[in-house]
Amino acid sequence: MRKTYSILAIGVILAIALAACGTAAPAPDSAPEPVVETVVVEVTSSAPVVVAPTGYGVTLAAVQERGTLICGVNSQVPGFGYVDADGNYAGIDVDYCRALAAAIFGDETKVEFRPVTAAERFTALQSGEIDILSRNTTWSLVRDTELAGNFVHTTFYDGQGMMVPADSGLAALEDLAGGTICVQTGTTTELNLADVMASLGVSYTPAVFEDADATFAAYSEGRCDAVTTDKSGLVARRAILSDPSAHTILDVTMSKEPLGPMVRHGDDQWFDIAQWTVFTLFAGEEFDVTSGNVDDVRASATAPEVRRLLGLEGDLGLKLGLTNDFAYNILKLVGNYEEIYNRNLGPDTPTYIPRGLNSLYTDGGLLYAPPFR
Amino acid sequence: MQPGESQKTTTPFWRDERILKGIGQIAFVLLVLVVASLIFRNMQAGLARQGITLSYGFFDGVSGFDLAESIFPYDRNSTYREAFLAGLFNTLSVAIVGIIFSTLLGVILGVSRLSTNFIINRLASFYLELIRNLSLLVFLIFWYLGVFLKLPRVREAVVWPGDIIWTNRGVGIPWGIPTASYPTFQLILIVGLILAVIVFLALRAYSKRTGRAPLALLWSTLTFTVVAAIGWLILPEKPLTLDLPFVKGLNLSGGKILSPEFMALTSGLVLYTAAFIGEVVRAGIQSVSKGQVEASRALGLNGFQTLRLIVFPQALRVIIPPLTSQYLNLVKNSSLAIAVGYPDVFYVSNTIQNQTGRAVEMISLVMVTYLSLSLVTSALMNWYNQRIKLVER
Repeated sequence: MRKTYSILAIGVILAIALAACGTAAPAPDSAPEPVVETVVVEVTSSAPVVVAPTGYGVTLAAVQERGTLICGVNSQVPGFGYVDADGNYAGIDVDYCRALAAAIFGDETKVEFRPVTAAERFTALQSGEIDILSRNTTWSLVRDTELAGNFVHTTFYDGQGMMVPADSGLAALEDLAGGTICVQTGTTTELNLADVMASLGVSYTPAVFEDADATFAAYSEGRCDAVTTDKSGLVARRAILSDPSAHTILDVTMSKEPLGPMVRHGDDQWFDIAQWTVFTLFAGEEFDVTSGNVDDVRASATAPEVRRLLGLEGDLGLKLGLTNDFAYNILKLVGNYEEIYNRNLGPDTPTYIPRGLNSLYTDGGLLYAPPFR
Repeated sequence: MQPGESQKTTTPFWRDERILKGIGQIAFVLLVLVVASLIFRNMQAGLARQGITLSYGFFDGVSGFDLAESIFPYDRNSTYREAFLAGLFNTLSVAIVGIIFSTLLGVILGVSRLSTNFIINRLASFYLELIRNLSLLVFLIFWYLGVFLKLPRVREAVVWPGDIIWTNRGVGIPWGIPTASYPTFQLILIVGLILAVIVFLALRAYSKRTGRAPLALLWSTLTFTVVAAIGWLILPEKPLTLDLPFVKGLNLSGGKILSPEFMALTSGLVLYTAAFIGEVVRAGIQSVSKGQVEASRALGLNGFQTLRLIVFPQALRVIIPPLTSQYLNLVKNSSLAIAVGYPDVFYVSNTIQNQTGRAVEMISLVMVTYLSLSLVTSALMNWYNQRIKLVER
């Protein structure tokens, strides 16, 4: 009898071992798996036959059925995406998500914020865990192609900078030779740093951390001689260091960092909605339509483009798959670009950043909305 | 059970226990295979839908990022493959250093816990109870942010003891630099090692023949040390010159610089794992029945001899299997390096995954890596366990 049991035991062990061998590769892939299921459900609910991987209109249908927009955001960069003292998300990336929710539902609160780290954000987007990524993400070719994403129009033009303690006497990147530089992993920042230092022929040691909090904690403990990230991030982070005046941001710009929202490949309708939400914010500022005066403007507007923008003429909203008053809802509930900017990065905030390139083209900036027609 | 003639004729196959069990096993294997292939196919379909193909071709591309630590030259022009290997070697160095020191500390703790000296006993118990009930992640972050980053800045560096420099940029220790005569010295060391093994085997044979038990390990170690010392003295040029660490500008230079990340990770892992090993050692020693000790005392063996010849060989049989688990835990726990910014294999893979978007490839590679590391560790320990276990005849 004992022998039979031991044979059975060996059989079970063998089966488990076989299963382990067989699934050695697929086991880790269980992560993207639920996604697949969600997508299938979404597709069957909108179209009976699945042709495109993530077809036209799939995302909007899923969001509308769910009743909330799931937006991947940062929770650690004041001014862009962070959790304020009351536990609410705030920042321009966060307000963009609210604008998108306003466009879809006519209700800016129907958005669920999901904090994602720099390293996990693209997987979260690819796998469908989030509908849109609005997390100070730099637009680059590899991300546009290999990461299967599409960048919506840039919402903030940034550049990489370097912050050092004010009493260190460091004034240029060359002064950092032999020094240690704190940087966050998985960012274009990390690659730019390596590129710039290699081209200057300056040797340095990187101290690389998983998230912004850890990076700046190590910097403020004196682990590094300098810390590098986008200038906007430096300004925002300096504001919450124990003594902001003890740190200076060097007058060097190491890269171009166009930051904007990102959507998945394969759903052009969703891309268009995300894109024209950005343009609505720009157009609102251009035509002086604010959350305060939008009702008056709608009652008395005569300029054809403003009337089309606010849904009084034409059917622009319907063409996007939304209601015709989507732009009105955005401007009424969230405000135009200027309002969002001043709320988060304006002169009255601790994270003040001069508008610079992030002004309308009429003011010498780069913000320019195509015609609403 | 004897499968006799009569049984064969009387029991129909659907009531034959052996056949039913066999069918059960086959069904189970099939079930597992079906589930596995379903999962795999589901993944493939999902990836195809996202327009992602699986391939390791990107591995030869230029990584473009720098690493803080690598045992071989690495810069932004190195490939992803080299980045991964650098991470793997970093993991290995933490694992090896960690296993050696946690074993030493663990044995000391285990023996101390059984000590009759009240203070030693209480101190060891206090340590074990404190550390075993902490979360390792919290413990590591404490060591990093609370200890090694709180060391003085480079300008106020502490130099103690001897030439060891303590700063929040790292710990500098004196290190030897090989000179021209180093290859000759290496040869002498090899000769010493061979002699040590011969002495060890000879003493073991002598012990078997006579029943006496000389301190084989001690004598062979002594042999090696003597040969090494003679080699060091007779060579005209010293094989190693001492390289002292010193403060240079913003950072430390010279000697061997151990980064705060490495120090935090290894000291955290060692102190944590040692607590568990201490308990394993104590349990092993206590598993040897008191009668054995009393009998050896009655035979006239002193305390040390009793421990070495009677208690430890028997305790070892109980200690080795759970000790293996602790070693495996240490190797796997080293992936918490990411919390303190030490570039181990998991950390580097995360970076690669993030820069290339190859999540499936990198995660599966990391899983295979840790699986291999664990299997090798456990194979070595099982081999040792086979050697020391009670020979049943």
